[in-house]
Amino acid sequence: MADRIFQPETLAIHAGQIPDVATGARALPIYQTTSFVFDSADHAASLFNLQTFGNVYSRLSNPTVAALEERVAALEGGRAALASASGMAAEAMALMTILQQGDHVVAAGALYGGSVSMLSVNLAKFGITTSFVNATKPEAFAAAIQPNTRALFAESLGNPSMLLLDIGAVADVAHAHGLPLVIDNTVPSPYLCNPIAYGADIVVHSATKYLAGHGTTLGGVMVESGRFPWDNGKFPGMTEPSPGYHGVKFYETFGDFGFCMRARMETLRVFGAALSPMSAWQILQGVETLPLRMERHSRNGMAVARFLQNHPRVSWINYPGLPDHPQHDLLKKQMRALGGEPMASGLLAFGVKGGAAAGEKFIESAQFMSHLVNIGDTRTLISHPATTTHRQLDEAQQRAAGVLPDMVRISVGLEHIDDILWDIDQALGQTAC
Amino acid sequence: MSDDISTLRRILRGCRTVAIVGLSADWHRPSNFVGKYLQQHGYRIVPVNPRYDSILGERSYKALQDIPFPVDMVDVFRRTEDVLPFAQGAIAIGAKCLWQQIGVKNLQADALVRGAGLDSVMDRCVKIEHARLFGGLHWAGVNTRVISAKRPI
Repeated sequence: MADRIFQPETLAIHAGQIPDVATGARALPIYQTTSFVFDSADHAASLFNLQTFGNVYSRLSNPTVAALEERVAALEGGRAALASASGMAAEAMALMTILQQGDHVVAAGALYGGSVSMLSVNLAKFGITTSFVNATKPEAFAAAIQPNTRALFAESLGNPSMLLLDIGAVADVAHAHGLPLVIDNTVPSPYLCNPIAYGADIVVHSATKYLAGHGTTLGGVMVESGRFPWDNGKFPGMTEPSPGYHGVKFYETFGDFGFCMRARMETLRVFGAALSPMSAWQILQGVETLPLRMERHSRNGMAVARFLQNHPRVSWINYPGLPDHPQHDLLKKQMRALGGEPMASGLLAFGVKGGAAAGEKFIESAQFMSHLVNIGDTRTLISHPATTTHRQLDEAQQRAAGVLPDMVRISVGLEHIDDILWDIDQALGQTAC
Repeated sequence: MSDDISTLRRILRGCRTVAIVGLSADWHRPSNFVGKYLQQHGYRIVPVNPRYDSILGERSYKALQDIPFPVDMVDVFRRTEDVLPFAQGAIAIGAKCLWQQIGVKNLQADALVRGAGLDSVMDRCVKIEHARLFGGLHWAGVNTRVISAKRPI
């Protein structure tokens, strides 16, 4: 009998977690342990040699963390995943595994501020340079590729730029040059968009956001498609004996999950950004309801967008769910639909009439909408990116990242839509004073 | 060719003695990884490689037909075009399964052994499939595609 292909609603609950072998526990046990015993000296040796799969130390792997890794890999349609302590750590694990001194990255200009900093400051310290390009133009990625380019990096749906990436078009550019496309898919979550289906090779998530959904826990996950040909001559670290792991050739030995194994054994093991088992468990409590929540976040997001579109105190609104948004057709192509309408998440950006000062007044006037810098919480969250998440960037960099001085970002939560609209309306009313 | 989960589980549970054609004595070659892994999971491996007297503590034979005891599975680490004689050998020695490793996909060998009533697996790794279906690969964050409310015993 052919194996059934399960739907994401089923995978969100079951993937990566069958009843516990030792106890039969149906819910996921929390394996809160640093270390795991060896059965014998030979067992220890073969675990360290990677001849046998098993747990050694929770900085490398842990059964509770593994459940999260496999679940996100399944939801993304990927081959394997690696969890880490935060979304930034996931991005660092992916990029630091691919890249070495002298390499170059072509990245979308409209990125989360932390990602811009990682590329333009932190990786630059180690001799890795980045060209930032207009993410709406696949040809801009192609034009920026150099002989030493080793990765393309972009967000599927930009935070807070709300820019959608034509993933297939940029993947074609990457693959024509023998390069992997790395996509940050945090905002759509794996329920609304699967970048691997459009050609992405590696997907990174801040699991802190919609995947967890409850705003309690930091975490990150990196997923590999299993399809990238790492033996194309540009990635000797994947094909040559590993100096960091006693001569293992990761691509030859582990094939289509060789990249995740190398990221685990070379990068995570050494830099130590491991996810705690308790955190993995808390994130998984959220993942089980991801499909339900994304439908409601998207429905509420759309209602807020329509409300703001017609509000006299609002100067502009950016939400690709609106039919007149310039990227609405791309949204239809790449994002899951509900009742025939593509879902665009609960994230949107708008400007308050009166500029930055009015934007700040709006934020301070909210009653239950929370002024903070997270997204993807059950609660409705509001922030002013120019003075918070993107504060480290100058105004030119902010504009390149899609951040305007008067921009307010809303992560629309799961409260009743009438209450959300009431709070927005009363706060906007106070900006007129 | 068989590649569904229930058939692979049945094959891996039923085949306890595994002849590995082309097993390398070099510890970091993939075939050696497979042999070591199978030994650690309770399988008896039988090296078939004329270049060595013994590998991983087991006597190495020049040919399948030289093995003086029953073999359940013949696992082939050879190029696709070289597989057919080992398919014929698997039938001759009464093996229950011919398994062609990742990247090895000889359709003629597949048809031949299936015609003789053997199970046939192609383009898959014994170690990875065992680890996928019986637990270990899950710990490496791999998408095993196993969805079940039963313990993997």
